[in-house]
Amino acid sequence: MALTTIFFLILSVVAIGTAIGTVASRHPVVSAMNLVLHFLMLAGLYLTLNAEFIAVLQILVYAGAIMVLVVFVILLLNLGKEDSLETGFTARKGVAMTFGAAFVIQILILFTSAGSFTHEITDKSVNVGQVKNLGYILFTKYLFPFEYIALLLLVAVVGALLLGKKKLFLERDLPEKSLK
Amino acid sequence: MSSEFILLLPLIIVGVMSVISILVDAINPNSKNSGYYLSIVSIVAVGGFALNNFYLNISGINLDGANLITSNMLSFGGFSAFFDLLFSIGALLIVLNARNYLDTVKTELNEFYNLVLYALAGMMVMAHSNHLLTLFIGIELMSITFYIMAGYFRFASQSVEASLKYFLLGAFSTGFLVYGMAMLYGSTGSMFFPEITVAIVSGSANNAYLMFGAALMIMGLSFKSSAFPFHQWAPDVYSGAPTVVTSFMSTAGKAAALSAFIIIAKTIIPMGFDPTGLESAVNTDKLITAIAAISALTMLVGNITALVQKNVKRMLAYSSVAHAGYMLMGIVANTAAGWSALMFYAVVYTFMQIGAFIIVGLLERDTDKNLEYDDYAGLSKRQPALAAIMALFMFSLAGIPPMAGFFGKYYLFMSVINTGHLWLALIAVVSSIISVVFYIGLIVKMYFTDSEDVEGESLPWNASRMLVFVTSAVVLIIGLNPGGMLSFIKSAL
Amino acid sequence: MIESIPLEYYLILSGTIFAIGSVGVLTRRNAIIIFMCIELMLNAVNISLVAFSSFLGDSSGQIFVFFVMAVAAAEAAIGLAIVLALFRNKRTIYVDEINLLKW
Repeated sequence: MALTTIFFLILSVVAIGTAIGTVASRHPVVSAMNLVLHFLMLAGLYLTLNAEFIAVLQILVYAGAIMVLVVFVILLLNLGKEDSLETGFTARKGVAMTFGAAFVIQILILFTSAGSFTHEITDKSVNVGQVKNLGYILFTKYLFPFEYIALLLLVAVVGALLLGKKKLFLERDLPEKSLK
Repeated sequence: MSSEFILLLPLIIVGVMSVISILVDAINPNSKNSGYYLSIVSIVAVGGFALNNFYLNISGINLDGANLITSNMLSFGGFSAFFDLLFSIGALLIVLNARNYLDTVKTELNEFYNLVLYALAGMMVMAHSNHLLTLFIGIELMSITFYIMAGYFRFASQSVEASLKYFLLGAFSTGFLVYGMAMLYGSTGSMFFPEITVAIVSGSANNAYLMFGAALMIMGLSFKSSAFPFHQWAPDVYSGAPTVVTSFMSTAGKAAALSAFIIIAKTIIPMGFDPTGLESAVNTDKLITAIAAISALTMLVGNITALVQKNVKRMLAYSSVAHAGYMLMGIVANTAAGWSALMFYAVVYTFMQIGAFIIVGLLERDTDKNLEYDDYAGLSKRQPALAAIMALFMFSLAGIPPMAGFFGKYYLFMSVINTGHLWLALIAVVSSIISVVFYIGLIVKMYFTDSEDVEGESLPWNASRMLVFVTSAVVLIIGLNPGGMLSFIKSAL
Repeated sequence: MIESIPLEYYLILSGTIFAIGSVGVLTRRNAIIIFMCIELMLNAVNISLVAFSSFLGDSSGQIFVFFVMAVAAAEAAIGLAIVLALFRNKRTIYVDEINLLKW
């Protein structure tokens, strides 16, 4: 077996394992740590696909920024173990498991029978994932989406401030506030 | 280049103005009016340029796709100009109404008007999208803004709960939507809608991936337009969110989701496409049948559950689910007639639903009181004008003949009958008849039931009450001249 | 020329992780863990996108991943702000202790 295949198998097994760990562990911090490990595995998988830039972003954005935020909120709320998970098997869990199993079987049937994909990784596609290429395309062809994603990030800032504001009313409204 | 700039102007204005208005708010945090007036000015400008683009499109302009700044990421047809206009009208009504509504609970912040602009920007990008990425960004920009707006009353737990429910289920459905987009991309090798269609028609698309992707995308879009298996969030979120936000989400938001649905349906179910002879052709009939089933179940479920509601806001929420089902019929027809019928209905629905919600908001007390059917008893004596107009909206929503809602339904029914889905039209008629029960039930409550407090309280004469008259006048005018409205819409396609 | 793993492997991996994530969303009751499961699903999609992009030799898939990440970051900020607002109101983040959230 070639080295890349071994690398792929190890990464994907750990990725699936940590994904299950994220879903099944009772403590939110354990879940979060599993998810960080999962993101690192995905970064490795992107490397096997010659997507270096995405692999770096995966670690910087997901593992670095988003998960730090999640862990920070978990600590802020001082969350402990989730007790309700111990109550065992419920109807809803059964339905969800059946749904998940059906989905996986569907995926297996689909992708094994879909006929071989006509494309192969070529020398051309090796260059696709490089920063130079992606950066050039991002600022030429994808200029409009790039500008508009800035608006989306601004909404996130405005919204987080709005929802997180401690002060419920502006000063000018305080004397005759009608709620609370 | 210059013509592209003019066509792009609505999107530029809404983007720039939303940033400017937040800056003005930051520089001068105690100004009470800046957000309100800035958003009105920018929405009116957006609407004006959209109307201009609508007529420019009719006179015909040629754009060289490859040389555009947006490099074909956006389409600038009459279709998108029409939806720009519709969204900006919806947003304008919301902004004008929001001032009085938010003032009664003393939570008027400039951020609210700012958020309306962001949501408007997202909807417009959806209607303009010509690429999976722009569609995705538009949907997300709109949805994220709606998550925030649903939780706008962050001191009231039902509002925050609605926001959390909307957020979790919305992000869940985004997962399905993006997975569908990935499969579509993998199957056809392109993200541009015209190229996807070419790949499907020429038979070079991978059929299995394509069907899987199409199914996932229909699931995701059904959620966004609150259609049957994924409608569960809608009543809870619509009744938990502030009334003014609900009226925005359930009209302009729904119209935006349906415009995206039309764009996707156009792409993956090419009109007049004959798959015989192609080896790996996509089975478009299956997709049409799936959408037809979703449409039928949506209207039945929405109307039947609306029957048992005791709360007017919740009843309107379920009825809005049912109306999504009616509008999906236009996509089932998959013809220009079907789409124009859908657009006609979207216009009518926007006016009557926003009008009804303005009245609900006027009568509402302390953010969630005075919303039951019983609170509307004897309204005809306390507020004769409001009761009469509410009755008009209810007749229109139920589709009673002289009203605009009737003509909207008529065009939709005809479009599916003409394409051979008679059973769907029959189900739609049956569910319309069911819906008459609860719409008329509210009218009966208002006119033929007496309540203890005959006096009632006098409502202030403000912009919201003016808007009630404006929206009802529009519903009446469209009802009197449906043909004119329809030909206006048809010139867009 | 590097020797490559078949595309189907990546797609099956992606589909499996997507299914695990969606089962998590449907079974877990803690809003933050549900949010993490949603991130899991979005990442599964990213694997598919990058795999298609590499095999097609087309960069738009990888650009799409770039935007999915930006959207995920925005969703994280909003989602956690909503969770905090809920915690301030109700002192809980378990979705079955919430009146509206009986799904």
